[in-house]
Amino acid sequence: MDSKLKETILNPILKGNPITVLVLGICSSLAVTVELKGALVMSLAVMIVTGISCLVLSLLRNSIPNRIRIIVQLVVVAMLVILVDQILKAFAYPIEKQLSVYIGLIITNCIVMGRIEAFALGNKPIPSLLDGLANGFGYGLILVIVAFFRELLGSGSILGFRVIPEALYSAGYMNNGLVILPPMALILLGCIIWVQRSIQKDLQEK
Amino acid sequence: MNTNGNTYTVVYSTVIVVLVAAILATVAMALKPKQDANIKAETICQMLAAAQYSSMDELMEIGNENVLVKYQENIKEAYTVNLDGQKVRDLSIDPIELADNLKAQNDNMKKGKADKVELPVYVFSKEGGDITVVPVYGAGLWGPVWGYIALASDLKTIVGAYFDHSGETPGLGAKIKDDPEFRAKFSGKKVDFSAEKPFEIVKGAGKDNQVDAITGATMTSKGLSDGIAKWLVGYKAYLAAGAQDCCLKESAECCGGESCGKSGECCGDCEGGCQDGNCQENCAGQCREVEPTNVEE
Repeated sequence: MDSKLKETILNPILKGNPITVLVLGICSSLAVTVELKGALVMSLAVMIVTGISCLVLSLLRNSIPNRIRIIVQLVVVAMLVILVDQILKAFAYPIEKQLSVYIGLIITNCIVMGRIEAFALGNKPIPSLLDGLANGFGYGLILVIVAFFRELLGSGSILGFRVIPEALYSAGYMNNGLVILPPMALILLGCIIWVQRSIQKDLQEK
Repeated sequence: MNTNGNTYTVVYSTVIVVLVAAILATVAMALKPKQDANIKAETICQMLAAAQYSSMDELMEIGNENVLVKYQENIKEAYTVNLDGQKVRDLSIDPIELADNLKAQNDNMKKGKADKVELPVYVFSKEGGDITVVPVYGAGLWGPVWGYIALASDLKTIVGAYFDHSGETPGLGAKIKDDPEFRAKFSGKKVDFSAEKPFEIVKGAGKDNQVDAITGATMTSKGLSDGIAKWLVGYKAYLAAGAQDCCLKESAECCGGESCGKSGECCGDCEGGCQDGNCQENCAGQCREVEPTNVEE
């Protein structure tokens, strides 16, 4: 694999992570991270939408009239979002109910439109697909980390399975109700950004 | 090729939109049966949850087929009734009236098409007496709200309720569905047809037929309250006819010759019996307890 392609895949996951570095897609990352299951499905949905929309628009990139460029992008992204929503409704109904409007709101997620504008319209289909998938994955990675801690501390379970033993509860341990609420997601996100910046020193502003 | 010309732009956008529409329509049609089955199973779950068979989360976990099995095991009869309380149609073949159908009935009641109204009733057999589940439907703040109210065998005492909505505000109006404490408030309450509204969601609930509204969701609470009241009035004839409490039938002398108080309680062998629709003094010993507030009315 040549280094440029490698860079395309790795950059969105670490150095240019859409959430922790670009700070995009914060709204949904606060809303769907109460439970790990929802976060996983949401991550997968965003990955699919960004990946396929980048691929499709990269294929169309030379034919799109410049004046209606954004409209065409929106139509393609909206179609993919509706498709994902419909498929979830048919095959993962309870999760679709739980994620509710946030699946539909993928269309307003800046990551999707941002990657199409910044990358897919100027690159060949395969790198565009990988770029889209990698950005979706970078988004999902943070979502899963936040959701892991929120579910563990807030509900005492992981993927719905109880992991904190009953003995601990009888000894006085209590689930942290604040972790369930959105403000704590923001604080957790801040902590992740902090950790990342202290490791990757080049991200720090002078 | 000039991709910036007007003709090209118009043709391009038309082709894209038609293509996308075709894809979406095909997928929507292909997935519809599966989605409908999910919604149907969810509706059954909501009724079973209202009837206190199990919690909604547990029911959703067991899968569509098992939900149907559980429904078939427990349902005793299902039919629709008209405003006079008479059975119209048997629902045993396709037993579930979805929210869409409830909307149609709601419109019939609203527009005064009394002869067209057919309200679904589901009777579940359960230890300790049959449970009758009736749907309710109303207008919330952003869209419809609906739900299922489960009544004990006296057709008066509420044993449980479950509500759903299409788009109320998360954290506020959506609490009618998400907040188990709100739902729990309905258990043990009573439907009272002698009151102005048989059941209400109000601020500062005090009576037996009232439940506290949700803070910050006044419009949703009010919409749900109106919906419940309207639908219960629609079921009034049916519920009254089947009720073991004869006084719901509103005749002056109904309880095997005993007279009947306004509050719907029987005034048995006691001094004074019933006068002006109220149970008189010294009745408490023989009659069921009558709340002071009701006597004063």
